[in-house]
Amino acid sequence: MKELHYDVLVIGAGAGGLAAAAEVAKHDATCALVERESHLGGILIQCIHNGFGLEEYKEELTGPEFAERLAVEVRNSAVDVYTDTTVTQLETDTDDGLKIAYCFSAVYGVIRISARAVVLAMGCRERNRGNIRTPGTRPAGVYTAGLAQRLVNIEGYIPGKDVVIVGSGDIGLIMARRMTWVGATVHAVIEIQPYPSGLTRNIVQCLNDFDIPLYLSHVVSRIEGRDRVEKVRVSPLDNGIPDEDNSFDIPCDTLLLSVGLVPENELSKEAGVDINPQTNGALVDSTMMTSVDGVFSCGNVLHVHDLADWVAEEARRTGRYAVQYLRNKRPNRQVRIKAGANVRYINPTMFDPDNPDKLYFRSLIVKNQAKLHLKLDHNPVKEVKMSHIQPSEMLHVNLKPKDVASWNIMKDSVLEVSVE
Amino acid sequence: MSQQEPIQEMICISCPLGCHLSLYKDETDKLTVTGNKCKRGVVYAEEEFYAPKRVVTCTCRAESTVLPRLPVRTTTSLPKEHIDALLKAAYELTVKPPVACGQVLIEDFNGTGVNLIASMSLGADR
Amino acid sequence: MASTDRSTARADVAIIGAGLSGSCIARQLSAYELDTVLLEKECDVSLGVSRANSGIVHGGFHHNLKYLKSRLEIRGNLMYDRLQRELDFPFKRCGILVVALNDEEMKYIDHLYTQGLENGAIGIEMCSRERMFELEPKLNSDCVGGLHAPGGGVLEPYRFVFSVVESAKKNGVEVLTKFEVERAERANEHYTIHAADGRTVEARYVVNAAGLYADRVSSIFGAEEFTITPRKGEYYLLDRATQAGPQRVLFPVPTKVSKGMLVIPTVEGTVLIGPTAEEIEDKEDLSTNADQLAQILDQARKMVPKVSQTDVITAFSGLRPASGDGDFYIDISKKAPNFIQVAGIQSPGLTAAPAIGEYVKDLLKKAGCSLSEKSDYDPFISKLPRIRDVSPYEADALVASNPAYGNVVCRCEEISEAEIVEAIKRGHATLDGVKYFTRAGMGRCQGGFCSYKIMKLLMRETGMSYREIQKRGAGTELLQDAL
Repeated sequence: MKELHYDVLVIGAGAGGLAAAAEVAKHDATCALVERESHLGGILIQCIHNGFGLEEYKEELTGPEFAERLAVEVRNSAVDVYTDTTVTQLETDTDDGLKIAYCFSAVYGVIRISARAVVLAMGCRERNRGNIRTPGTRPAGVYTAGLAQRLVNIEGYIPGKDVVIVGSGDIGLIMARRMTWVGATVHAVIEIQPYPSGLTRNIVQCLNDFDIPLYLSHVVSRIEGRDRVEKVRVSPLDNGIPDEDNSFDIPCDTLLLSVGLVPENELSKEAGVDINPQTNGALVDSTMMTSVDGVFSCGNVLHVHDLADWVAEEARRTGRYAVQYLRNKRPNRQVRIKAGANVRYINPTMFDPDNPDKLYFRSLIVKNQAKLHLKLDHNPVKEVKMSHIQPSEMLHVNLKPKDVASWNIMKDSVLEVSVE
Repeated sequence: MSQQEPIQEMICISCPLGCHLSLYKDETDKLTVTGNKCKRGVVYAEEEFYAPKRVVTCTCRAESTVLPRLPVRTTTSLPKEHIDALLKAAYELTVKPPVACGQVLIEDFNGTGVNLIASMSLGADR
Repeated sequence: MASTDRSTARADVAIIGAGLSGSCIARQLSAYELDTVLLEKECDVSLGVSRANSGIVHGGFHHNLKYLKSRLEIRGNLMYDRLQRELDFPFKRCGILVVALNDEEMKYIDHLYTQGLENGAIGIEMCSRERMFELEPKLNSDCVGGLHAPGGGVLEPYRFVFSVVESAKKNGVEVLTKFEVERAERANEHYTIHAADGRTVEARYVVNAAGLYADRVSSIFGAEEFTITPRKGEYYLLDRATQAGPQRVLFPVPTKVSKGMLVIPTVEGTVLIGPTAEEIEDKEDLSTNADQLAQILDQARKMVPKVSQTDVITAFSGLRPASGDGDFYIDISKKAPNFIQVAGIQSPGLTAAPAIGEYVKDLLKKAGCSLSEKSDYDPFISKLPRIRDVSPYEADALVASNPAYGNVVCRCEEISEAEIVEAIKRGHATLDGVKYFTRAGMGRCQGGFCSYKIMKLLMRETGMSYREIQKRGAGTELLQDAL
């Protein structure tokens, strides 16, 4: 068995893994980047639409263009890249503190990689029909939106011609336009919430442009069709329950599900990493380190992002923290951060008063002219105006050293983040 | 403001606020916009009304065993009336790698000044 | 599974239906100097009743010995250890618990225990509340006691059928798929069986193991009149990471109608809850229904409170072939000559299947079919390597022998390209066929990442165009067009 050793192992070469690996290599640490696909860039390669890079590169790029910038950085660095290689096992409970990953590769066989630090960047998987428990038959023609996107954009196949889409998040909206642009008819987008979850820009350019109706507060309550999808039953929600009497059928041959993403943390869980039930991602401290010493997490596998730009930003910081860990530079103290009113979660869940950094969080409410409040031990310490907040747009706040320096931080202090 | 029906309604996408805009035309054919919270709304409405344009992204065939489709895009937004023709042209195109990200595949489509370029680099088959 | 015209002479025995019963009968007969053909109407074996059920090898206490199904259950249960050594299917004798939630129910436990003793169920014990919690800490605190049958176990029914069929084929049985029996006539001591697509098979003896359509087949051959009523059972499958996974199969106290809804730790580590029991009319109706599914969660939680709907990864249903008084109808036909009925095989059909094989062999003998044992009968089939079952070092050696073992196609269940190619080579040339044979697509992402890879492998290995790739047979084509 091929046995390799690196300072840092990065698992996954999407936006997160690429950025983390590139960062690690800048600091003279050896780095292996393992990716199960043949290409670098992860899910970005099939996201052929634009809207990426506005923050990171100040340009509007497509997913592949964004990925290529990062991939070029990695290819021009000392990172050892292993594509077509899948990590199946991650051992962290070793005597010498090294992490061991077993990786399958058709070219190399099974490779055993030992590393002093690991960065988890495996991204997400899609929620599927089973997760949303849609009753009915199990015909051909039910796809998750991402799978359909892969089939259309990379493989060049069109799954069907008469489409209904469940979910008005950006993936569903983008696919509404994509399917229309490959000659299919998208009959409707069905959204369970009373408001659309994707960007308004996508509502306009993916639905309104094509007169595709959006049914808010509706669900697909049944799938019909013995061999292939024949129709779906669409039901309005009445107090959260499907209203049978006002249900209607939409004949179609394809159902695309864009019903949420789940961070792919099976490897992490098997390695003993504690998971935050709010995010389904790892619980991380101020250095993006998980509950397992030397194992870090960033990007979509940590929490589902909306912008690849933020994934890259978070991943670069994580790469730097991994390098600091190698040099035994750990925070002297860390303060716990709590999600307060109207905040769903914060990442990371701790900050280092001597090196305060960026916090990402999600609001539970939709509001214009909102205010972000930071309270230390119930005392207000910072207030930020936010012109528009909504649950489907990740927010951030920068903790600045000069702010934090004036705070009265004690041993068990807690910082609470809330919005109103 | 006269009590007339708006000739078009739209949502501004210049920023996440998403103001609902109403467009009116008076006797002199001048366009007035209401519902915007800032100047960008007026700019957006005028563009969208007179000359709606969109950036188009799609794929074309790639003669490659690595990736069968090459993602492509228009360099800037393309007037809406040309979109269907562009899609058709892109789907009829076959690109033989090597191709560099940004390489022009169709120049000045239909005289619009907009190019169709490769959105990803693809190396030659080994 | 080739479905070509049968060019050889007439068969001794034609078995109609390649489910659990038909396959086990075929394998049993393959040990004798007999020309046996196994006919199946679907594109693959095990796609009828045997595709979807609880996968339980029962503990031998649910039914009185007066029933044929009980005698065959007990006999069949004992055969599984040897079968596992001979064939390549996962099986775990994890044990069964019947859970009593109040004193009333404990009385019924007493009855089951007595019955189990009479039946000879090995190791059966009555359990106090304390003993129940020792055996299963996740039980609802309402549990007052129960029954423990250590002889019970779990397996994947279709994996078992695939193995049995492969063994049968190895020993000379011919399997014809997409062979839907349409009509038959008898002349000169043999039957001529006509398929809907025009193929014919001749056989001296016919075994009707046609599951849901056993009544129709019986009628085609002029044999007994009876009715098979489909009885639907819906299930939920929970992620292997669920907190609710028990160590043993959990049964509630049964009702007159059914054994109840169970919590089953499957042999692959996921958890199955259900089934419901609902008589329906349409033998093709495999739809799931919200109200039925809601019942499943309720009932499961009565035994294991930790069952959570967020753990659900999929729902599916199966159909039981209900007939007559509920006992197995396995007998020589009194109306059609040389015709053996194997109908109404509901629970404990899986447990009994190997014993049904023996029993039908004996019936054939009784009906005049001479059986002389083959000297070269080989009960073993080679075990297919699966990367999920071996250590990284063994896997490394596998990749060295075949690089396709190093390409992980299904990450959730850890299935390599080599295993999928093997499945396709063995005739499982649909997305579902690959899924049932390898488990690729059965994990938490339910094929979200690997489906397109499997479709491409199907195209590569079979030469089918993208338009021909099916989910599970004609009409289920997956891709409609290409750019």
